[in-house]
Amino acid sequence: MSFSHDQVYGWIRAFAAAIAENKDYLTELDSAIGDADHGINMNRGMQAVLAKLEGGGQADVGALLKTVGMTLVSTVGGASGPLYGTLFLQMGSSAAGKPHLSEEDWTDAVAAGVSGVQRRGKAELGDKTMIDALVPAVEALRSSLADGSTAGEALNRSAEAAREGMIATIPLVARKGRASYLGERSADHQDPGATSSWLLLRTAADTLAAKDS
Amino acid sequence: MKKLINDPADVVKEALQGVALAHADRVRVMTDPNVVVRADAPVAGKVGLVSGGGSGHEPMHGGFVGMGMLDAACPGEVFTSPTPDQMLAATKAVDGGAGVVHVVKNYTGDILNFEMAADLGREEGIEVESVVIDDDVAVQDSLYTAGRRGVGTTVLAEKICGAAAEQRRSLADVADLCRKVNANGRSMGMALTSCTVPAAGKPTFELGEMEMEIGIGIHGEPGRERKVVAPVHDIVEMLATPIVDDLPFTAGDRVLAFVNGMGGTPLIELYIVYYELHRFLSGRGIEISRNLIGPYITSLEMQGCSITLLKLDDDLTALWDAPVNTPGLRWGA
Repeated sequence: MSFSHDQVYGWIRAFAAAIAENKDYLTELDSAIGDADHGINMNRGMQAVLAKLEGGGQADVGALLKTVGMTLVSTVGGASGPLYGTLFLQMGSSAAGKPHLSEEDWTDAVAAGVSGVQRRGKAELGDKTMIDALVPAVEALRSSLADGSTAGEALNRSAEAAREGMIATIPLVARKGRASYLGERSADHQDPGATSSWLLLRTAADTLAAKDS
Repeated sequence: MKKLINDPADVVKEALQGVALAHADRVRVMTDPNVVVRADAPVAGKVGLVSGGGSGHEPMHGGFVGMGMLDAACPGEVFTSPTPDQMLAATKAVDGGAGVVHVVKNYTGDILNFEMAADLGREEGIEVESVVIDDDVAVQDSLYTAGRRGVGTTVLAEKICGAAAEQRRSLADVADLCRKVNANGRSMGMALTSCTVPAAGKPTFELGEMEMEIGIGIHGEPGRERKVVAPVHDIVEMLATPIVDDLPFTAGDRVLAFVNGMGGTPLIELYIVYYELHRFLSGRGIEISRNLIGPYITSLEMQGCSITLLKLDDDLTALWDAPVNTPGLRWGA
């Protein structure tokens, strides 16, 4: 089982649609503990990504993901631009030259993307950031690969792990990003970055796992 | 939402077009990506000074581009950091062969984007030094937060370092000077009302009719505490005490006192703030030897103010007094 260029493209489109659909929700989460722009910025970026990809020209999955990353870096701004940009750029490097991704390739690519985000943002697990959704998702992909689960199961498990990580940010006190300025007042709010990261993994499961079953 | 705009999506673009038309003698505006750059850039042999940040804080930073201050400014979307491609374009446009200093306010987005831009600039063979401004005493500085926010001292650092660059001081000297200004400047702000990001359409936070937020950030981030509104005498004490205690500023110090309007507060009230601040500092034996009063680092239409104190020495004073000719600050030229 592997994911073709078209399937990965389908995932990007689904992620863009999920961001558009949840634009106000993400911005609302951000207004509680940040600066009320996460949904707006991510939506601007993903719409630019769709426009860019419509032109075609990305020969393989790696090139496709790199184009997504470069476009996000130059259109999103805020912290999300470099962080999501780095995520896709590193995924793209990991998938460079590949016409399709095996389950192992996918796991490697997501893991490379997430460690890129960690290097750029220097956040640790439990800092109330997107890392809290992304790191458990990578772990779920790795353990699924190890226990021989199907690609569909692996994707669903990683989406579920991201969801749990996202929910787990609610009681946390933020230690990175603008929310950290609030100290204790950042508790009892779900982190907007973890929420958009969950959407990323959930749309991957929705689009890629569907093809697997 | 009532605003003098056409479409929320066009706010930054159309405002920049206005800037380009109004100030063509001093700046030119590049689009795709957006950069406000000194009309005569690059100035050969001079260190280039680049700053940038979210829009909505005007005149900072675009209004501070010109002789004696910034060489370029990168305006992001409202309250959103600009992107590395803007910063790279700005860096290339102002590099006169002596290197470029990036003046970065301490917000996660600004830090990450400027880091990427500095990497890209160095890859193109330009010497880049980044200096982070983090002067807001309202925010606790610890290993467990993103650190103090960059606020009012940014304006002073841009003016003083711009003057030093005009004197052809070296890249390392201008960057060190910028760090020195940051080390000697402290700020704190407060808000009487919220503000509305055009793209969001509703106020960033809610503040009751009789409430104020002490320690507000310039993006409407909550501060230290919410209180019932008080006479300005008490408000100045709430802002100035933590500032003075933090550095600390002590008897015999000479300072630059900067009373900044958040965008929606009239000048008449800022002068009352200055009156109270003068009284407060005199009582502690601190001498105001220079001042700046007005809306220079704003938060859209927010009502409120911030106070910045910068401890001066002879060098900083002379650099502050040096000629400057920008749309937002002008004297001696």
